[in-house]
Amino acid sequence: MKNGRDPVIVGLADSALEGGRFVKQASVLGHCALVANEALKEAGLSMKDVDGLLTAGMWGVPGPGQLNTVTLGEYLGIMPMFVDGTNIGGSAFEAHVAHAAMALREGYCEVALIVYGSDQKSLRSRTLGGRPSVLNMQHETPYGMLTPVGGYAMAARRHMHEYGTKSEHLAEIAVAARKWAQLNPAATRQDDMSIDDVMDSMMISDPLHLLDCCLVTDGAGAIVMTTAERAKDLKTTPVSVKGYGESHSHWAISEMPDLAHLLPAAKAAKRAMEMAGVKHSDIDVTQIYDSFTITVLLSLEALGFCKPGEGGAFVSDGRIAPGGEFALNTSGGGLSALHPGMFGMFLLIEATRQLRGDCGARQVKGAETALVHGTGGTLSSGATVILQKGLQA
Amino acid sequence: MSYDNPLPVIDQDSAPYWEAARQGRLDIPLCADCGKHHFYPRTVCPHCFSDKLSFDTVSGRGTVHSFTISRRPAGPGFADEVPYVVALIDLQEGPRMMSRIETDDVESVQIGSSVEVIFVRATDEVTFPYFKLT
Repeated sequence: MKNGRDPVIVGLADSALEGGRFVKQASVLGHCALVANEALKEAGLSMKDVDGLLTAGMWGVPGPGQLNTVTLGEYLGIMPMFVDGTNIGGSAFEAHVAHAAMALREGYCEVALIVYGSDQKSLRSRTLGGRPSVLNMQHETPYGMLTPVGGYAMAARRHMHEYGTKSEHLAEIAVAARKWAQLNPAATRQDDMSIDDVMDSMMISDPLHLLDCCLVTDGAGAIVMTTAERAKDLKTTPVSVKGYGESHSHWAISEMPDLAHLLPAAKAAKRAMEMAGVKHSDIDVTQIYDSFTITVLLSLEALGFCKPGEGGAFVSDGRIAPGGEFALNTSGGGLSALHPGMFGMFLLIEATRQLRGDCGARQVKGAETALVHGTGGTLSSGATVILQKGLQA
Repeated sequence: MSYDNPLPVIDQDSAPYWEAARQGRLDIPLCADCGKHHFYPRTVCPHCFSDKLSFDTVSGRGTVHSFTISRRPAGPGFADEVPYVVALIDLQEGPRMMSRIETDDVESVQIGSSVEVIFVRATDEVTFPYFKLT
Protein backbone atom coordinates (compact mmCIF):
# COMPACT_ATOMS: atom_id res chain seq x y z
CA MET A 1 0.00 0.00 0.00
CA LYS A 2 1.51 3.25 -1.19
CA ASN A 3 -0.27 5.55 1.18
CA GLY A 4 -2.39 4.53 4.14
CA ARG A 5 -4.63 7.54 3.60
CA ASP A 6 -5.62 6.64 0.04
CA PRO A 7 -9.43 6.89 -0.32
CA VAL A 8 -11.50 3.71 -0.44
CA ILE A 9 -15.22 2.91 -0.75
CA VAL A 10 -16.10 0.42 2.00
CA GLY A 11 -19.87 0.57 2.27
CA LEU A 12 -22.97 1.04 0.14
CA ALA A 13 -26.71 0.60 0.30
CA ASP A 14 -29.79 1.49 -1.68
CA SER A 15 -33.46 1.32 -0.79
CA ALA A 16 -35.92 -1.29 -2.05
CA LEU A 17 -38.46 -0.04 -4.59
CA GLU A 18 -41.65 -1.58 -5.93
CA GLY A 19 -43.07 -0.05 -9.09
CA GLY A 20 -40.59 2.80 -8.63
CA ARG A 21 -41.92 3.66 -5.17
CA PHE A 22 -40.31 3.09 -1.78
CA VAL A 23 -41.44 -0.17 -0.19
CA LYS A 24 -40.90 1.12 3.36
CA GLN A 25 -42.99 4.00 4.66
CA ALA A 26 -40.70 6.83 5.74
CA SER A 27 -39.99 10.48 5.00
CA VAL A 28 -37.23 11.33 2.56
CA LEU A 29 -34.89 12.00 5.49
CA GLY A 30 -36.01 8.73 7.03
CA HIS A 31 -34.95 6.86 3.90
CA CYS A 32 -31.58 8.70 3.93
CA ALA A 33 -30.99 7.56 7.51
CA LEU A 34 -31.95 3.95 6.78
CA VAL A 35 -29.59 3.55 3.82
CA ALA A 36 -26.83 5.36 5.72
CA ASN A 37 -27.11 2.89 8.60
CA GLU A 38 -27.15 -0.07 6.22
CA ALA A 39 -24.08 1.13 4.29
CA LEU A 40 -22.14 1.65 7.53
CA LYS A 41 -23.25 -1.67 8.97
CA GLU A 42 -22.06 -3.76 6.03
CA ALA A 43 -18.58 -2.30 6.54
CA GLY A 44 -18.66 -2.96 10.28
CA LEU A 45 -18.97 0.74 11.08
CA SER A 46 -21.70 2.77 12.73
CA MET A 47 -22.99 6.33 12.68
CA LYS A 48 -20.68 7.06 15.64
CA ASP A 49 -17.70 6.63 13.31
CA VAL A 50 -18.92 9.20 10.76
CA ASP A 51 -17.06 12.52 10.83
CA GLY A 52 -17.64 13.53 7.21
CA LEU A 53 -21.13 14.14 5.77
CA LEU A 54 -21.87 14.88 2.12
CA THR A 55 -25.27 15.20 0.48
CA ALA A 56 -27.19 16.88 -2.30
CA GLY A 57 -30.88 16.76 -2.97
CA MET A 58 -34.05 18.50 -3.92
CA TRP A 59 -36.03 17.87 -0.74
CA GLY A 60 -37.17 20.61 1.62
CA VAL A 61 -36.66 23.56 -0.72
CA PRO A 62 -37.49 26.29 0.10
CA GLY A 63 -36.90 25.47 3.76
CA PRO A 64 -34.67 23.01 5.61
CA GLY A 65 -33.24 21.57 2.39
CA GLN A 66 -31.49 24.87 1.69
CA LEU A 67 -28.99 23.86 4.37
CA ASN A 68 -29.10 20.21 3.44
CA THR A 69 -26.05 18.85 5.27
CA VAL A 70 -27.15 20.71 8.40
CA THR A 71 -30.68 19.30 8.29
CA LEU A 72 -29.48 15.79 7.46
CA GLY A 73 -26.81 15.91 10.19
CA GLU A 74 -29.48 16.95 12.69
CA TYR A 75 -31.78 14.10 11.62
CA LEU A 76 -28.94 11.59 11.87
CA GLY A 77 -27.83 12.99 15.24
CA ILE A 78 -24.21 13.63 14.29
CA MET A 79 -21.83 16.61 14.33
CA PRO A 80 -19.57 16.07 11.31
CA MET A 81 -16.26 17.97 11.03
CA PHE A 82 -16.12 17.77 7.23
CA VAL A 83 -19.26 18.69 5.30
CA ASP A 84 -20.00 19.16 1.64
CA GLY A 85 -23.34 20.08 0.15
CA THR A 86 -22.04 20.60 -3.38
CA ASN A 87 -24.97 20.49 -5.76
CA ILE A 88 -24.08 20.43 -9.45
CA GLY A 89 -27.10 18.29 -10.36
CA GLY A 90 -27.13 14.53 -10.74
CA SER A 91 -23.35 14.37 -10.94
CA ALA A 92 -23.02 15.83 -7.44
CA PHE A 93 -22.15 12.45 -5.90
CA GLU A 94 -19.19 11.87 -8.22
CA ALA A 95 -17.95 15.30 -7.07
CA HIS A 96 -18.64 14.26 -3.47
CA VAL A 97 -16.41 11.20 -3.89
CA ALA A 98 -13.67 13.53 -5.14
CA HIS A 99 -14.10 15.94 -2.25
CA ALA A 100 -14.26 13.15 0.35
CA ALA A 101 -11.13 11.63 -1.20
CA MET A 102 -9.26 14.90 -0.74
CA ALA A 103 -10.54 15.30 2.83
CA LEU A 104 -9.46 11.74 3.68
CA ARG A 105 -6.01 12.22 2.18
CA GLU A 106 -5.62 15.47 4.09
CA GLY A 107 -6.61 13.87 7.40
CA TYR A 108 -9.62 16.18 7.55
CA CYS A 109 -11.92 13.25 8.20
CA GLU A 110 -11.74 9.47 8.76
CA VAL A 111 -15.13 8.15 7.68
CA ALA A 112 -17.14 10.01 5.05
CA LEU A 113 -20.83 9.29 4.47
CA ILE A 114 -22.37 10.33 1.14
CA VAL A 115 -26.18 10.14 1.10
CA TYR A 116 -29.03 10.84 -1.29
CA GLY A 117 -32.77 10.41 -1.09
CA SER A 118 -35.79 11.42 -3.13
CA ASP A 119 -39.47 10.61 -2.79
CA GLN A 120 -40.45 12.41 -6.00
CA LYS A 121 -42.50 9.49 -7.33
CA SER A 122 -44.52 9.06 -4.15
CA LEU A 123 -45.00 12.83 -3.88
CA ARG A 124 -45.67 13.21 -7.62
CA SER A 125 -43.51 16.34 -7.33
CA ARG A 126 -41.65 16.07 -10.62
CA THR A 127 -42.82 18.84 -12.90
CA LEU A 128 -42.00 19.65 -16.49
CA GLY A 129 -42.87 23.35 -16.22
CA GLY A 130 -39.77 23.81 -14.22
CA ARG A 131 -37.62 26.65 -13.27
CA PRO A 132 -38.83 29.89 -11.69
CA SER A 133 -38.42 32.74 -14.10
CA VAL A 134 -35.75 34.66 -12.15
CA LEU A 135 -32.15 35.73 -12.91
CA ASN A 136 -30.84 33.75 -15.93
CA MET A 137 -34.10 31.78 -16.21
CA GLN A 138 -36.14 34.94 -16.93
CA HIS A 139 -34.67 34.58 -20.44
CA GLU A 140 -35.72 30.94 -20.91
CA THR A 141 -38.68 29.81 -18.78
CA PRO A 142 -41.21 32.20 -20.42
CA TYR A 143 -40.64 30.57 -23.82
CA GLY A 144 -42.21 27.29 -22.71
CA MET A 145 -39.40 24.82 -23.26
CA LEU A 146 -40.02 21.58 -21.37
CA THR A 147 -37.28 21.31 -18.78
CA PRO A 148 -34.95 19.63 -18.69
CA VAL A 149 -35.87 17.49 -21.74
CA GLY A 150 -36.05 20.45 -24.14
CA GLY A 151 -32.41 21.36 -23.66
CA TYR A 152 -31.36 17.75 -24.25
CA ALA A 153 -33.58 17.71 -27.35
CA MET A 154 -31.80 20.78 -28.72
CA ALA A 155 -28.43 19.12 -28.12
CA ALA A 156 -29.65 15.94 -29.82
CA ARG A 157 -30.88 17.87 -32.84
CA ARG A 158 -27.57 19.71 -33.08
CA HIS A 159 -25.64 16.42 -32.94
CA MET A 160 -27.90 14.99 -35.64
CA HIS A 161 -27.26 18.08 -37.78
CA GLU A 162 -23.48 18.01 -37.37
CA TYR A 163 -22.90 14.26 -37.63
CA GLY A 164 -25.97 12.61 -39.12
CA THR A 165 -26.84 10.84 -35.88
CA LYS A 166 -30.28 9.21 -36.08
CA SER A 167 -33.09 8.58 -33.62
CA GLU A 168 -32.42 4.85 -34.14
CA HIS A 169 -28.95 5.32 -32.64
CA LEU A 170 -30.48 6.88 -29.54
CA ALA A 171 -33.05 4.09 -29.38
CA GLU A 172 -30.19 1.53 -29.28
CA ILE A 173 -29.12 3.07 -25.98
CA ALA A 174 -32.58 2.72 -24.45
CA VAL A 175 -32.93 -0.87 -25.67
CA ALA A 176 -29.52 -1.87 -24.29
CA ALA A 177 -30.43 -0.37 -20.91
CA ARG A 178 -33.66 -2.40 -20.88
CA LYS A 179 -31.77 -5.62 -21.63
CA TRP A 180 -29.42 -4.96 -18.71
CA ALA A 181 -32.43 -4.18 -16.51
CA GLN A 182 -33.87 -7.59 -17.35
CA LEU A 183 -30.80 -9.07 -15.61
CA ASN A 184 -31.23 -6.86 -12.53
CA PRO A 185 -33.95 -8.08 -10.15
CA ALA A 186 -34.15 -4.60 -8.57
CA ALA A 187 -34.79 -2.75 -11.84
CA THR A 188 -38.13 -0.96 -12.18
CA ARG A 189 -38.82 -1.70 -15.88
CA GLN A 190 -38.13 -5.18 -17.23
CA ASP A 191 -40.69 -5.65 -19.99
CA ASP A 192 -39.32 -6.32 -23.48
CA MET A 193 -38.63 -3.23 -25.57
CA SER A 194 -37.47 -2.87 -29.18
CA ILE A 195 -35.99 -0.04 -31.21
CA ASP A 196 -39.38 0.36 -32.89
CA ASP A 197 -41.04 0.66 -29.48
CA VAL A 198 -38.76 3.60 -28.69
CA MET A 199 -39.30 5.22 -32.10
CA ASP A 200 -43.07 4.76 -31.84
CA SER A 201 -43.36 6.11 -28.29
CA MET A 202 -44.89 9.54 -27.76
CA MET A 203 -42.79 12.46 -29.00
CA ILE A 204 -42.19 14.64 -25.95
CA SER A 205 -39.77 17.31 -27.10
CA ASP A 206 -38.84 16.61 -30.70
CA PRO A 207 -36.55 14.71 -31.45
CA LEU A 208 -36.70 12.96 -28.05
CA HIS A 209 -39.45 10.38 -27.46
CA LEU A 210 -40.90 9.22 -24.17
CA LEU A 211 -38.64 6.15 -24.18
CA ASP A 212 -35.56 8.34 -24.73
CA CYS A 213 -36.26 9.74 -21.25
CA CYS A 214 -35.27 8.32 -17.88
CA LEU A 215 -37.79 6.94 -15.42
CA VAL A 216 -39.28 8.97 -12.61
CA THR A 217 -38.92 6.95 -9.39
CA ASP A 218 -38.20 7.27 -5.69
CA GLY A 219 -34.84 6.14 -4.39
CA ALA A 220 -32.23 6.52 -1.67
CA GLY A 221 -28.60 5.48 -1.63
CA ALA A 222 -25.50 5.82 0.52
CA ILE A 223 -21.78 5.30 0.13
CA VAL A 224 -19.19 5.12 2.91
CA MET A 225 -15.56 6.06 2.29
CA THR A 226 -12.53 5.76 4.53
CA THR A 227 -8.77 5.39 4.26
CA ALA A 228 -6.94 2.34 2.93
CA GLU A 229 -5.40 1.84 6.37
CA ARG A 230 -8.82 1.71 8.06
CA ALA A 231 -10.33 -0.36 5.23
CA LYS A 232 -7.96 -3.27 5.96
CA ASP A 233 -9.89 -4.04 9.16
CA LEU A 234 -13.40 -3.71 7.69
CA LYS A 235 -15.75 -6.43 6.46
CA THR A 236 -16.36 -5.50 2.82
CA THR A 237 -14.24 -5.88 -0.33
CA PRO A 238 -12.56 -2.47 -0.61
CA VAL A 239 -12.83 -0.46 -3.83
CA SER A 240 -10.15 2.20 -4.28
CA VAL A 241 -10.87 5.69 -5.60
CA LYS A 242 -8.03 6.18 -8.06
CA GLY A 243 -8.93 9.36 -9.90
CA TYR A 244 -11.53 12.10 -10.09
CA GLY A 245 -12.41 15.29 -11.92
CA GLU A 246 -15.30 17.74 -12.18
CA SER A 247 -16.36 20.80 -14.14
CA HIS A 248 -19.41 22.73 -15.29
CA SER A 249 -20.14 25.26 -18.00
CA HIS A 250 -23.70 26.62 -17.97
CA TRP A 251 -27.18 26.38 -16.49
CA ALA A 252 -29.23 28.07 -19.21
CA ILE A 253 -29.10 25.90 -22.36
CA SER A 254 -28.50 29.05 -24.46
CA GLU A 255 -25.21 29.43 -22.56
CA MET A 256 -23.94 25.91 -23.36
CA PRO A 257 -20.60 26.52 -25.10
CA ASP A 258 -21.13 23.77 -27.71
CA LEU A 259 -24.42 21.92 -27.95
CA ALA A 260 -22.97 18.81 -29.61
CA HIS A 261 -19.93 18.38 -27.32
CA LEU A 262 -19.69 18.09 -23.53
CA LEU A 263 -16.71 20.24 -22.63
CA PRO A 264 -17.01 19.80 -18.82
CA ALA A 265 -17.15 16.01 -19.24
CA ALA A 266 -14.02 16.04 -21.36
CA LYS A 267 -12.13 18.11 -18.78
CA ALA A 268 -13.32 16.00 -15.85
CA ALA A 269 -12.52 12.66 -17.50
CA LYS A 270 -9.07 13.73 -18.71
CA ARG A 271 -8.08 14.76 -15.20
CA ALA A 272 -9.57 11.63 -13.58
CA MET A 273 -7.91 9.22 -16.00
CA GLU A 274 -4.52 10.93 -15.77
CA MET A 275 -4.71 10.90 -11.98
CA ALA A 276 -5.56 7.19 -11.99
CA GLY A 277 -2.99 6.41 -14.66
CA VAL A 278 -5.49 4.44 -16.75
CA LYS A 279 -6.23 4.27 -20.48
CA HIS A 280 -9.62 3.63 -22.07
CA SER A 281 -8.61 0.04 -22.76
CA ASP A 282 -8.08 -0.49 -19.01
CA ILE A 283 -11.75 0.18 -18.21
CA ASP A 284 -13.72 -3.04 -17.67
CA VAL A 285 -17.10 -1.54 -16.82
CA THR A 286 -18.53 1.93 -17.39
CA GLN A 287 -21.43 3.71 -15.72
CA ILE A 288 -22.56 6.86 -17.53
CA TYR A 289 -25.45 9.07 -16.49
CA ASP A 290 -28.44 8.33 -18.71
CA SER A 291 -30.97 11.02 -17.97
CA PHE A 292 -31.79 10.78 -21.67
CA THR A 293 -30.40 8.58 -24.40
CA ILE A 294 -28.54 11.54 -25.93
CA THR A 295 -26.71 12.09 -22.60
CA VAL A 296 -25.00 8.71 -23.01
CA LEU A 297 -24.03 9.28 -26.63
CA LEU A 298 -22.55 12.73 -25.96
CA SER A 299 -20.74 11.42 -22.86
CA LEU A 300 -19.14 8.47 -24.68
CA GLU A 301 -17.64 10.93 -27.15
CA ALA A 302 -16.56 13.49 -24.53
CA LEU A 303 -14.97 10.81 -22.35
CA GLY A 304 -12.93 9.69 -25.34
CA PHE A 305 -14.33 6.18 -25.83
CA CYS A 306 -14.94 7.20 -29.44
CA LYS A 307 -14.32 10.25 -31.58
CA PRO A 308 -16.77 13.18 -31.80
CA GLY A 309 -19.57 12.16 -34.14
CA GLU A 310 -18.93 8.43 -33.81
CA GLY A 311 -21.22 7.85 -30.83
CA GLY A 312 -24.06 6.56 -33.00
CA ALA A 313 -21.90 3.92 -34.63
CA PHE A 314 -20.30 3.09 -31.27
CA VAL A 315 -23.60 2.11 -29.61
CA SER A 316 -24.97 0.24 -32.65
CA ASP A 317 -25.45 -3.51 -33.11
CA GLY A 318 -25.84 -4.31 -29.43
CA ARG A 319 -22.33 -3.24 -28.50
CA ILE A 320 -23.44 -1.73 -25.16
CA ALA A 321 -26.09 -4.41 -24.45
CA PRO A 322 -25.43 -7.56 -22.37
CA GLY A 323 -23.03 -9.76 -24.32
CA GLY A 324 -21.65 -6.76 -26.22
CA GLU A 325 -18.03 -5.75 -26.03
CA PHE A 326 -18.61 -2.56 -24.00
CA ALA A 327 -20.27 -3.12 -20.60
CA LEU A 328 -22.27 0.05 -19.98
CA ASN A 329 -24.90 0.92 -17.37
CA THR A 330 -25.21 -2.63 -16.17
CA SER A 331 -28.02 -1.94 -13.67
CA GLY A 332 -30.33 -0.82 -16.45
CA GLY A 333 -29.47 2.78 -15.61
CA GLY A 334 -31.78 5.71 -15.20
CA LEU A 335 -33.61 4.63 -18.34
CA SER A 336 -34.81 1.29 -16.94
CA ALA A 337 -33.62 0.63 -13.34
CA LEU A 338 -34.45 3.76 -11.34
CA HIS A 339 -34.12 7.53 -11.61
CA PRO A 340 -34.92 9.36 -8.41
CA GLY A 341 -34.06 12.84 -9.71
CA MET A 342 -30.28 12.75 -9.16
CA PHE A 343 -28.96 9.41 -10.41
CA GLY A 344 -25.22 9.86 -9.87
CA MET A 345 -25.32 8.08 -6.51
CA PHE A 346 -26.61 4.91 -8.16
CA LEU A 347 -23.91 4.93 -10.86
CA LEU A 348 -21.34 4.74 -8.04
CA ILE A 349 -23.25 1.99 -6.24
CA GLU A 350 -23.50 -0.16 -9.38
CA ALA A 351 -19.82 0.34 -10.29
CA THR A 352 -18.76 -0.65 -6.78
CA ARG A 353 -21.00 -3.74 -6.84
CA GLN A 354 -19.48 -4.75 -10.18
CA LEU A 355 -15.94 -4.42 -8.79
CA ARG A 356 -16.91 -6.41 -5.69
CA GLY A 357 -18.30 -9.11 -7.99
CA ASP A 358 -21.79 -8.89 -6.44
CA CYS A 359 -23.86 -8.48 -9.60
CA GLY A 360 -25.18 -11.97 -10.27
CA ALA A 361 -26.59 -12.45 -13.78
CA ARG A 362 -25.35 -9.06 -14.95
CA GLN A 363 -21.84 -9.42 -13.49
CA VAL A 364 -19.04 -8.32 -15.83
CA LYS A 365 -16.52 -11.15 -15.47
CA GLY A 366 -13.17 -10.13 -14.03
CA ALA A 367 -14.09 -6.47 -13.64
CA GLU A 368 -11.15 -4.70 -11.98
CA THR A 369 -11.44 -1.09 -13.14
CA ALA A 370 -14.56 1.04 -13.53
CA LEU A 371 -15.25 4.49 -14.90
CA VAL A 372 -18.21 6.41 -13.48
CA HIS A 373 -19.36 9.60 -15.13
CA GLY A 374 -22.17 11.80 -13.90
CA THR A 375 -23.93 14.61 -15.75
CA GLY A 376 -26.01 17.25 -14.00
CA GLY A 377 -28.41 20.04 -14.84
CA THR A 378 -29.02 20.40 -18.58
CA LEU A 379 -25.72 18.89 -19.75
CA SER A 380 -24.35 21.50 -17.33
CA SER A 381 -21.85 19.61 -15.22
CA GLY A 382 -19.66 16.56 -15.60
CA ALA A 383 -17.84 14.62 -12.89
CA THR A 384 -15.79 11.46 -13.36
CA VAL A 385 -14.51 8.88 -10.87
CA ILE A 386 -12.14 5.99 -11.59
CA LEU A 387 -12.53 3.01 -9.25
CA GLN A 388 -10.38 -0.10 -8.87
CA LYS A 389 -10.99 -3.30 -6.99
CA GLY A 390 -9.00 -3.85 -3.82
CA LEU A 391 -6.41 -1.77 -2.00
CA GLN A 392 -4.13 -0.59 -4.75
CA ALA A 393 -0.36 -0.48 -4.55
CA MET B 1 -57.28 38.99 -21.24
CA SER B 2 -54.99 37.63 -18.55
CA TYR B 3 -51.63 36.07 -19.35
CA ASP B 4 -51.33 32.59 -17.85
CA ASN B 5 -47.73 31.67 -18.70
CA PRO B 6 -44.55 32.42 -16.74
CA LEU B 7 -43.40 36.03 -16.93
CA PRO B 8 -39.83 37.18 -16.44
CA VAL B 9 -38.97 38.50 -12.99
CA ILE B 10 -37.26 41.63 -14.27
CA ASP B 11 -34.20 42.75 -12.28
CA GLN B 12 -31.75 45.65 -12.36
CA ASP B 13 -29.51 43.92 -14.95
CA SER B 14 -32.33 43.13 -17.35
CA ALA B 15 -34.65 46.14 -16.96
CA PRO B 16 -33.23 48.10 -19.96
CA TYR B 17 -33.51 44.98 -22.18
CA TRP B 18 -37.16 44.37 -21.29
CA GLU B 19 -38.03 48.09 -21.54
CA ALA B 20 -36.50 48.20 -25.04
CA ALA B 21 -38.49 45.10 -26.05
CA ARG B 22 -41.64 46.83 -24.79
CA GLN B 23 -40.79 49.68 -27.16
CA GLY B 24 -40.13 47.30 -30.07
CA ARG B 25 -36.31 47.23 -29.99
CA LEU B 26 -33.81 44.42 -29.33
CA ASP B 27 -31.19 46.02 -27.08
CA ILE B 28 -28.37 43.88 -25.70
CA PRO B 29 -25.12 44.75 -23.90
CA LEU B 30 -22.03 45.80 -25.86
CA CYS B 31 -18.56 45.90 -24.25
CA ALA B 32 -16.51 49.05 -24.90
CA ASP B 33 -13.25 47.20 -24.12
CA CYS B 34 -13.49 44.06 -26.28
CA GLY B 35 -16.16 45.24 -28.71
CA LYS B 36 -18.30 42.13 -28.26
CA HIS B 37 -22.00 41.87 -27.54
CA HIS B 38 -23.31 39.42 -24.99
CA PHE B 39 -26.63 37.95 -23.88
CA TYR B 40 -28.24 37.69 -21.30
CA PRO B 41 -27.44 41.13 -19.78
CA ARG B 42 -24.76 41.12 -17.07
CA THR B 43 -22.77 43.76 -15.17
CA VAL B 44 -19.42 42.26 -16.23
CA CYS B 45 -18.57 41.18 -19.78
CA PRO B 46 -18.36 37.34 -19.94
CA HIS B 47 -15.79 37.59 -22.75
CA CYS B 48 -13.19 39.94 -21.18
CA PHE B 49 -14.57 40.66 -17.67
CA SER B 50 -14.75 44.42 -18.25
CA ASP B 51 -17.56 46.45 -16.70
CA LYS B 52 -17.58 49.06 -19.49
CA LEU B 53 -20.93 47.94 -20.88
CA SER B 54 -23.82 49.75 -22.50
CA PHE B 55 -26.99 48.63 -24.24
CA ASP B 56 -26.87 48.61 -28.03
CA THR B 57 -29.78 48.18 -30.43
CA VAL B 58 -29.02 45.20 -32.69
CA SER B 59 -30.39 44.10 -36.05
CA GLY B 60 -32.80 41.47 -34.75
CA ARG B 61 -31.62 39.15 -37.50
CA GLY B 62 -30.00 35.77 -36.98
CA THR B 63 -30.09 32.05 -37.69
CA VAL B 64 -31.50 29.02 -35.91
CA HIS B 65 -28.70 27.21 -34.01
CA SER B 66 -30.94 24.45 -32.72
CA PHE B 67 -34.57 23.98 -31.71
CA THR B 68 -37.09 21.62 -30.27
CA ILE B 69 -40.73 21.18 -31.13
CA SER B 70 -42.63 20.97 -27.85
CA ARG B 71 -45.32 18.37 -28.43
CA ARG B 72 -46.44 18.66 -24.84
CA PRO B 73 -47.00 21.97 -23.03
CA ALA B 74 -44.55 23.23 -20.39
CA GLY B 75 -47.39 24.05 -18.01
CA PRO B 76 -51.14 24.45 -18.50
CA GLY B 77 -50.91 27.95 -19.98
CA PHE B 78 -49.05 26.62 -23.01
CA ALA B 79 -51.61 23.88 -23.75
CA ASP B 80 -53.40 25.84 -26.49
CA GLU B 81 -50.12 26.46 -28.29
CA VAL B 82 -48.74 22.92 -28.84
CA PRO B 83 -46.97 22.06 -31.00
CA TYR B 84 -44.68 25.06 -30.79
CA VAL B 85 -41.03 25.71 -31.61
CA VAL B 86 -38.55 26.79 -28.92
CA ALA B 87 -35.24 27.73 -30.52
CA LEU B 88 -31.76 28.99 -29.86
CA ILE B 89 -31.09 31.94 -32.14
CA ASP B 90 -27.57 33.00 -33.12
CA LEU B 91 -27.88 36.76 -33.55
CA GLN B 92 -25.91 38.36 -36.39
CA GLU B 93 -23.98 40.28 -33.73
CA GLY B 94 -22.78 37.05 -32.08
CA PRO B 95 -24.75 36.21 -28.95
CA ARG B 96 -27.13 33.27 -28.71
CA MET B 97 -30.55 33.59 -27.13
CA MET B 98 -33.57 31.41 -26.50
CA SER B 99 -36.86 32.40 -28.05
CA ARG B 100 -39.89 31.10 -29.88
CA ILE B 101 -40.30 30.84 -33.63
CA GLU B 102 -43.78 31.81 -34.70
CA THR B 103 -44.87 29.67 -37.61
CA ASP B 104 -47.96 27.87 -38.84
CA ASP B 105 -45.79 24.94 -39.92
CA VAL B 106 -43.49 23.70 -37.15
CA GLU B 107 -41.93 21.19 -39.55
CA SER B 108 -40.61 24.03 -41.73
CA VAL B 109 -38.02 25.17 -39.17
CA GLN B 110 -34.47 23.95 -39.83
CA ILE B 111 -31.09 24.45 -38.22
CA GLY B 112 -29.56 27.34 -40.15
CA SER B 113 -32.92 28.93 -41.07
CA SER B 114 -32.76 32.74 -41.27
CA VAL B 115 -34.97 34.51 -38.75
CA GLU B 116 -35.98 38.01 -37.78
CA VAL B 117 -37.26 39.36 -34.48
CA ILE B 118 -40.92 40.19 -33.92
CA PHE B 119 -42.34 41.61 -30.73
CA VAL B 120 -45.22 39.86 -29.00
CA ARG B 121 -46.95 41.71 -26.18
CA ALA B 122 -47.81 39.64 -23.12
CA THR B 123 -48.75 42.27 -20.51
CA ASP B 124 -48.39 46.03 -20.07
CA GLU B 125 -44.88 45.46 -18.67
CA VAL B 126 -43.64 42.53 -20.75
CA THR B 127 -43.20 42.16 -24.49
CA PHE B 128 -41.30 39.10 -25.72
CA PRO B 129 -38.85 39.12 -28.61
CA TYR B 130 -40.03 36.16 -30.71
CA PHE B 131 -38.68 35.32 -34.15
CA LYS B 132 -40.17 34.46 -37.56
CA LEU B 133 -38.62 32.71 -40.54
CA THR B 134 -37.47 35.04 -43.33
